[in-house]
Amino acid sequence: MSLLGKDLVGLAGLSREQITTILDVAEPLREVSERAIKKVPTLRGMTVVNLFFEASTRTRISFEFAEKRMSADTVNVAASGSSVSKGETLVDTARNLEAMRIDMVVIRHASSGAARFLAERIESNVINAGDGTHEHPTQGLLDLLTLRQRFGSLEGKRICICGDVLHSRVARSNIWGLKALGADVAVCGPRSLLPNAIGEMGVQVFSRIEQAIEWADALNVLRLQLERMQAGYIPSLREYNRVFGVTRARLEQAKRDILILHPGPMNRGVEIDSDVADGPHSVILDQVTNGVAVRMAVLYLLAGQKASLADVAKGGAA
Amino acid sequence: MPSASVTLLNARAVARTISRMADEILERNDGTERLVLVGIQRRGVQIAQRIAAVISEREGADIPLGALDITLYRDDLQTVGPRPVVGQTHLPKAIDGQVVVIVDDVLFTGRTIRAALDELADFGRPSRIMLAVLVDRGGRELPIHADVVGQTVTVPPGGRVDVFVPELDGKDEVTMVGGGT
Repeated sequence: MSLLGKDLVGLAGLSREQITTILDVAEPLREVSERAIKKVPTLRGMTVVNLFFEASTRTRISFEFAEKRMSADTVNVAASGSSVSKGETLVDTARNLEAMRIDMVVIRHASSGAARFLAERIESNVINAGDGTHEHPTQGLLDLLTLRQRFGSLEGKRICICGDVLHSRVARSNIWGLKALGADVAVCGPRSLLPNAIGEMGVQVFSRIEQAIEWADALNVLRLQLERMQAGYIPSLREYNRVFGVTRARLEQAKRDILILHPGPMNRGVEIDSDVADGPHSVILDQVTNGVAVRMAVLYLLAGQKASLADVAKGGAA
Repeated sequence: MPSASVTLLNARAVARTISRMADEILERNDGTERLVLVGIQRRGVQIAQRIAAVISEREGADIPLGALDITLYRDDLQTVGPRPVVGQTHLPKAIDGQVVVIVDDVLFTGRTIRAALDELADFGRPSRIMLAVLVDRGGRELPIHADVVGQTVTVPPGGRVDVFVPELDGKDEVTMVGGGT
């Protein structure tokens, strides 16, 4: 019996025990990155393909560090400059890679569901590095690890996810993961950037950032994608900052210290002010450090896990 | 049929054995200079702590203590798969030129020690590495031997040696669960 199965597509449906095991394995793996020789031989001889169909710096580099520190061999494939730009389908690309004997695929794709689609059609382990507006499970896990390090346990802790929840795969992975670990979850943002059915995910909704700050133990401040302004979701970046910006003045009104998380890249002066991002309660760089450890843990726990025949049959029928 | 469990060492015998192991380590090293004890997760860590406590009592000097988790250096990932428990590795200081004593609870196939030697090499180049184990139960699959042994036992096929430490198990003893499934 494997703990996670063949793939990590999302945090939805993972149990508290499964998530806790990943975090428990990630915790000691942080030490590997502190060594003079930052490498363990665990995945020696395994080949991991990083298939990034969408721009990414932090996530791709973090995965690559994780793979290399576990001694896997890595190949990076970007959409531009590959056969993808010649019209090859996702499955054909992956099957061609599999024909060259690979073991794992890390995929980032603009379409929601791309990771699961691929996972059901290839034998290699698939790790979702962000698919459309669906999930970004390793980001969710690194947020959970960072929060758990500060709080000890997430049980009953109040975490508010602020900003563009509508387009955010980070928000979805966070909500599922936080709830599995027993946290109270809320979202806060302009109505135009919250999904209509957000209440069905079992979260509170705040329409004012002041209420969120009053309530929360930690804020996970999402990046406001600048394209959202052109698309008419918000009137202007200045107005967004004035109404929803996480500023020092607002945090000083809070009765307690509030932990500040941000998945990056930040728009300083839009969703978050510089003196908050660089302030004493910011754990933004801890998140980045934890990202490598969490990805090492996921690579390790999926290594060698094969799809059962039943799973393959299910995938074929889907 | 549940097989009988035999006590090999009770709490007092464990204490005596650890005390003798500490003496032997001091004897072989001619004192505490450059000595570093490294316990293997999990129960080797507690045994290393107890040996270190005896040494510091005898010699009036604290010796550096470390912990080594060898999960990421195992040779059975492909055959057995990942283990869901990974412990903390922590070495006290640079081990270059030091005398490192690896401490474990039970020496069996020797594969754990092989992994520990590989892992130590990633941290530096000790002038010497020694191995101290509470119980040597035979059954080696690799050319590895212990320098300091608390107790040697012969275990029938299918049998098992269990070491219990107070910190993790709430009791302090070594038992053998006899073979004959």
